[in-house]
Amino acid sequence: MNVPTMAEMMAQGKQPEVLFWVGCAGSFDDRAKKITKAFVKILNKANVEFAVLGTEESCSGDPAKRAGNEFLFQMQAMTNIEVLNAYEIKKIVTACPHCFNTLKNEYPQLGGVYEVVHHTELLKSLLDDGRLTIEGGQFKEKKITFHDPCYLGRANDVYEAPRELIRKLDVELVEMKRCKTNGLCCGAGGAQMFKEPEKGAKDINIERTEDAIEVKPDIIATGCPFCNTMMTDGVKVTNKETEIEVLDIAELIANAQDL
Amino acid sequence: MNYIDNIAFVILLIIGVGFFVKNIKKLVRNIQLGKEVDRSDNSSARWKNMAMIALGQSKMVKRPIAGILHIIVYVGFIIINIEVIEIIIDGIFGTHRILSFLGGFYSFLIASFEILAILVLVSVTVFWIRRMVLKIPRFWNKEMKGFPKNDALYILYFEMVLMSLFLIMNAADNHFQELNVGNPISQYIAPLFHNLSFTTINIVERTAWWLHIAGILVFLNYLYYSKHLHILLAFPNTYYANLNPKGKLTNLESVTKEVKMMMDPTIDPFAAAPEGAEASIPEKFGASDVTDLNWVQLMNAYTCTECGRCTSSCPANITGKELSPRAIMMKTRDRLEEVGENINKNGKFIEDGKQLLSDYITPEEIWACTSCNACVEECPVNIDPLSIIIDLRRYLVMEQSAASQELNSMMTNIENNGAPWQYNQMDRLNWKDE
Repeated sequence: MNVPTMAEMMAQGKQPEVLFWVGCAGSFDDRAKKITKAFVKILNKANVEFAVLGTEESCSGDPAKRAGNEFLFQMQAMTNIEVLNAYEIKKIVTACPHCFNTLKNEYPQLGGVYEVVHHTELLKSLLDDGRLTIEGGQFKEKKITFHDPCYLGRANDVYEAPRELIRKLDVELVEMKRCKTNGLCCGAGGAQMFKEPEKGAKDINIERTEDAIEVKPDIIATGCPFCNTMMTDGVKVTNKETEIEVLDIAELIANAQDL
Repeated sequence: MNYIDNIAFVILLIIGVGFFVKNIKKLVRNIQLGKEVDRSDNSSARWKNMAMIALGQSKMVKRPIAGILHIIVYVGFIIINIEVIEIIIDGIFGTHRILSFLGGFYSFLIASFEILAILVLVSVTVFWIRRMVLKIPRFWNKEMKGFPKNDALYILYFEMVLMSLFLIMNAADNHFQELNVGNPISQYIAPLFHNLSFTTINIVERTAWWLHIAGILVFLNYLYYSKHLHILLAFPNTYYANLNPKGKLTNLESVTKEVKMMMDPTIDPFAAAPEGAEASIPEKFGASDVTDLNWVQLMNAYTCTECGRCTSSCPANITGKELSPRAIMMKTRDRLEEVGENINKNGKFIEDGKQLLSDYITPEEIWACTSCNACVEECPVNIDPLSIIIDLRRYLVMEQSAASQELNSMMTNIENNGAPWQYNQMDRLNWKDE
């Protein structure tokens, strides 16, 4: 696996095509690290010149902002922007819709103006440019349902890129009754990931997992490390672990080709 | 003496419209209690939104049954109101069906009003059944008890009565019925009056006529007290709605200034504040009361017609949490009305020891939000409950440090090691070699 850092790139006087913003979950969470690696493998395979910030990356500030701590958010944003601007970054890709939304929509006003894409959007464009081929492999003819991450879908109107990638796997894409603009949240957004839910009748991720179970999929595809955690937990709690797998789209593509 | 009807009519009209205008001024004053927010940009996109969403009802039909029935009532409401022009002219000048000189076109107009009137009657009846017989859950959430529930029913009854009066008025108009054009519906009601004397029928016709216009004026004045204001406010509300991607939250400028100062090594922290700096310090971060919200958020509160589509799609509400986005809007309006009344009574706002946060909207409600934007997406008139929730959270966290222990440790982690969990920033690239 080739993972150059921006510092290394700069030392060689090179500028990558795109910066891969790994995000906190992608860097530290055991489950999400697998997604990060799958995505890197695809980038390597497609010969994309990318780099990561490595230890110079810091939280985008999304959970702080959504919890109401605008101070902390802006401190994080401005620190990150200083680093990004020093490296003259033009384009950023990330596998986390929360980082994606914050970098794309909330950084520009603070001086951080970049082209920001979600990893499914980048993969889609690599596919369109003929730099990436997708095959079904072990997933051929499997039944897959896609859970729309709120910060990719409703927040930024990206619904088709992930679906087009899934269709390329030669699988049966089935939609849950609540999908796209009507998609139901997994329960992790707005800083909920880091706290216990308020008291209620049910956990949101269970409600959402039941939506998925209704369409009897072999795989629940996700495009967000937090959704992935929530849905994985949901599948466990509902005792469907043996029947349903929860995988990120990057993992589907990478695993299909045994990368 | 012959003019007594005309005079009575003009007085009724002046009282009805005058009282309405007075209330609308109060409404505008209340909305202006909100903070400034610039929504003057991109007027073409704004007009388009208004045309599509308010005029064109594009978001209503996302739920087809309610959507189509609503379009019937909406079209009926607008078109049948053309008839009010004639009623007003007749009322002032003592004429009868002044526009009938239009001949065939007049018959066509009245015929279409009649057909719409019966369609509205049917639709409104179905609405009533959906509420009271089918008991569709979103009409029965806990915030829909008492006045909010009755308000919805009063509106339906009003419409039923007004439409019936319109049809009776036509049916009891002998001359109009004898022409036998433009009466596709009322011709079936007319036989009910056949046994009555000419004078009695005339009284029925006049009574229906007077009650119809009086009813319209009463309904007009009911709007200000009711959730039904959306028939007016849907238009400015969609025009001034947020045009940014839904995921984009505002960056507080007052915070930006402070953060820039903290990060700028050339600034002397002990230097005397420059002239006028005090005026630029915001009185508070975030919102604890309605006057901390911006005027669009306050207009949102008046526009909400409590349909509950937001609440029925809210993941927190679906799973039994306290949060209901509709209740956020209703409570904001209730508090705004209270502040408005306070100002009416005292000339200016006198501290009443209450505020929007805690007295109306509890922290439990706002902490249940996942910021998923389902409520914003669902609202048929582009109301944004999420922006209010975030502003309240900002106050809780930045003014009161009142976040939960778990959220506080998440924030401490971000501050200390650049991640919401306790991992060392120096380990950020370890995944590469694992």
